[in-house]
Amino acid sequence: MNGIVDKKNLKLARTLLLVAITMFGFGYALVPLYDVLCEWKWIERDRPDDIKKVPETAYKVDINREINIEFMTTLNESTPMEFRAEKKQLKVHPGEYHTVNFYGENKTDKVMLARAIASFSPAVISSYFEKIECFCFSEQTFKPREKKIMPMRFVINPEIPEQYKTITLSYTFFDNTEKSVKK
Amino acid sequence: MSAVVDEHDHHADDHHDHGPAKGLLRWITTTNHKDIGTLYLLFALTMFFVGGAMAMVIRAELFEPGLQFVDPAFFNSMTTMHALVMVFGAVMPAFVGLANWQIPLMIGAADMALPRMNNMSFWMLVAGVLLLASTLFMEGGAPNGGWTLYPPLVLQPITVGKALPFAIFSVHLLGISSIMGAINIIATIFNMRAPSMKMMDMPLFVWTWLITAFLLIAVMPVFAGAVTMLLTDKFFHTSFFNAAGGGDPVLYEHIFWFFGHPEVYIMILPTFGVASTIIPVFARKPLFGYASMVWATASIAFLSFIVWAHHMFTVGMPIAGELYFMYATMIIAVPTGVKVFNWTATMWKGAMTFETPMLFSIAFVVLFTMGGFTGLMMSIAPSDFQYHDTYFIVAHFHYTLVPASVFILMAAGYFWLPKWTGHMYNEKIGQLHFWLSVISVNILFFPQHFLGLAGMPRRIPDYAVQFADWNMISSIGGFIFGASQLLFLYIVIDTIRGGTGEKVTDEVWEDASKHGLEWTLPSPVPYHTWTTPPTSVPTEHVLDLH
Ligand code: HEM
Ligand SMILES: [Cu+2]
Repeated sequence: MNGIVDKKNLKLARTLLLVAITMFGFGYALVPLYDVLCEWKWIERDRPDDIKKVPETAYKVDINREINIEFMTTLNESTPMEFRAEKKQLKVHPGEYHTVNFYGENKTDKVMLARAIASFSPAVISSYFEKIECFCFSEQTFKPREKKIMPMRFVINPEIPEQYKTITLSYTFFDNTEKSVKK
Repeated sequence: MSAVVDEHDHHADDHHDHGPAKGLLRWITTTNHKDIGTLYLLFALTMFFVGGAMAMVIRAELFEPGLQFVDPAFFNSMTTMHALVMVFGAVMPAFVGLANWQIPLMIGAADMALPRMNNMSFWMLVAGVLLLASTLFMEGGAPNGGWTLYPPLVLQPITVGKALPFAIFSVHLLGISSIMGAINIIATIFNMRAPSMKMMDMPLFVWTWLITAFLLIAVMPVFAGAVTMLLTDKFFHTSFFNAAGGGDPVLYEHIFWFFGHPEVYIMILPTFGVASTIIPVFARKPLFGYASMVWATASIAFLSFIVWAHHMFTVGMPIAGELYFMYATMIIAVPTGVKVFNWTATMWKGAMTFETPMLFSIAFVVLFTMGGFTGLMMSIAPSDFQYHDTYFIVAHFHYTLVPASVFILMAAGYFWLPKWTGHMYNEKIGQLHFWLSVISVNILFFPQHFLGLAGMPRRIPDYAVQFADWNMISSIGGFIFGASQLLFLYIVIDTIRGGTGEKVTDEVWEDASKHGLEWTLPSPVPYHTWTTPPTSVPTEHVLDLH
C-alpha cells in the first residue's frame, strides 16, 4: 500500500457511494415515472377512473348488441360500512346511457372518510367503459351512521370489440379516515 | 511526491506484524482479506444449514397432503425466511467470501483496497441476518408474505405481526453491507492490480465479480427504497402502494423486480466466474473464448436491467409490454448460450480428470442449462400464464440456484481449500458427497416441474391429492440432499484440521500455476501475500488473445 493508491481508492469509493445514493433516489423517481408511463399506456392499461366528458348524444346506440354488466361490491379489510349495488347486473346496448345507484352506510358513530376503487374484468375493456358521474371520483365523507345513495352514470363506447359480452365492474371501499386526518 | 510517501509511513504501522493477532479479538477486529474471507465463508456455511433446516420443514409438511406438522402461517414464514436466508445470508455472502480470499491473490494485491470498510461490511451482514432471524421469535412470527414482500399482502395485519419493521431494517443493513463490499471489490480490482496485469489478463472470476459489483451498487439501493416505501405506507400514512390513497401495488412489483432480476444475476455471474476458473484446470486446456466470456458477462449484466417485467406477465400489461419483455428476456439466452458452449469447448478433447471440484462443475454446466431452458419456456408470455406462481417456476429457479450457484460454491470449496489450508480434503468422501448431491438434487427438483405443469401453486402448506406422489418423491430427494450436505460440513472441518495428512504442493492441481497467480504462492497461503506485486502474470487462460 502506498499513499497514492490510498487516495485513488478513497476517491473511487466516494464516487461509487454517490452512484449508490443516486440509485436510491432513482427508486423514488420510478414513482412519478410510473404514472407517466401508465398515462402513455406503456406499462399498464389506463386507470379505470379516467373521466371522459362527451356530450350524451355523441354515440349512436347499437341496438344489435347487448352487453351484460355485473356489479361487485367489496369492503377492504375491516372497513365498517355496508355497501351494495342497487342491481346485481344490467343488460345494456353500447352507446346507451345508464345510471346505477349504489348504497353506502357508515356503521360507526364517527365521521368516516372512505374511497371506492374500481377494477374491471376483463381489464382490457376499461377504456371503453366511460363514466360520466361516479362516487368513486373523489373521497366520500360519511357523517356518523349516515346512509347514502351514490349514483354512477356510464356509457359503453360502441367501438368496444365484438367478443366482449360480459363485463364485471368491481368497487372496493377503503376506510381512509386515519390517513386523511393525519395528512 | 515525498510528502505522500511520508504520510504512507504512518499508515504502514497498521501492518507491521507478520502474523495474525491471537485470540478471539483477531476475528472481530481483523482487516486481513483472508481472515475476512474465512469469516464470510464460515458464516455463509452456517446460514446454508439454517436455511436448509427451514427447507426441511417445508418438505416435511409437503410430504403428504393435509396439515401435518406446522400451522399455515408458520409454513409461510418458512418459505419466506428460507428464501431470504439463502439469498442474503448464504449465497451472496459466500461469493463475497470467495472474492475476499481470491481477488487479491489472483490480481497480485497485498489486500483489499479498503480493509477497515471490509471488516465493517462483514459485521453489518451479521447484524442484519441476526435481526432477520430474531423476527422468528417475535409475536406474530417472522414475515410470511413471501420473500418478494408484495403489498398489500405484506402490510395486512395477519401477515405483519411485529416483525415487518425489523425485517425491513435488516434488509437495509444487508443492503449497506453488500454495497460496501461491492465498492471495495471495484476499488481493489481497479487500483490494486499488479502493474503487469492488464484488464484483459484478469481471470474470469475477477471479471465476473467486477461486473457483479456494479450490479450490486446499481440495484441494492433501489430495493432499499422499495422497502422504505413499504415502511412509510404502513406506519407514516404515505400511499405509494395503497390504492385508496391513489397508489398502486403493481408499482411495487415493478420496483421490486427492477432490483430482483439483476439480483438473480448477482447470484449467478460469480458462479460463471468460478466455473470458468475450475474447468480449464481439470481439462488441462486454456479457457475457450476468454474475450467472448467477458463480453457475454457484460451483456448479460446489461440485459438484466431491461427484462424485469417477465416476472409480471400476468399483472395486466398491454400487449406491447408483454411482447417487449418476452423478446428481451429471450435475448439473454444468447450470451448465456455462448458461455455454455465455451465451457463445453474448453472440455472438448481436453485431458480431463474428474476430481470433486470438476465433477461439481460439470454437473453445474448440465443442470444450469436445464434451468436456463425452463427460463426460456417461461419467457414465452402466453405460456407463462400457465407456469406463473406454480411449482414449475419453483423448479426453474432452484435448478438455476442449487445445482448451479450452490454446486459451484461447493466446487470452489474443494478447489481452493487445499490451497488455503495446505491440507488435502478426503477425495473419497468428496466423491460420495458429489454423487449423493447430484442424484438427490434431481429427485428433489425434477418432479416439481410435473407438479407445476399439473397446476400445483407455490407457497401452499396443503394440496390436492392428485399431487401427492410427486410431492412425496420430491420430499425424499430433499431429505437425502439435506443429509448429504453434512458430508460437506465434515469435509470442510476435517480439511481445516489436517485432512488426509497428505502435504499439498504449491500448485495443488497439476499445472495449475499456468492458470492463475494464486497457485504460484506457497501452500498454505501465508498470512500476508504479494507485499511486492508479481512481475509477470500467467496468461494461459487468455491464450486466444496473445
Ligand atoms: C436463460 C436465462 C433465464 C431466463 C430466460 C429466466 C426467465 C425467468 C422468468 C420468465 C421468470 C418468471 C416466471 C414467473 O414468475 O412466472 C423467472 C423467475 C425466476 N428466475 Fe429465472 N430465468 C433465467 C435465469 C435465471 C437465473 C440464472 C436465475 C438465478 C440464479 C434465475 C432465478 C429466478 C428466480 C429466483 C425466479 C423467481 C422469483 C420469484 O418469483 O420468487 N433465473 N425466470
Ligand atoms: Cu428474472
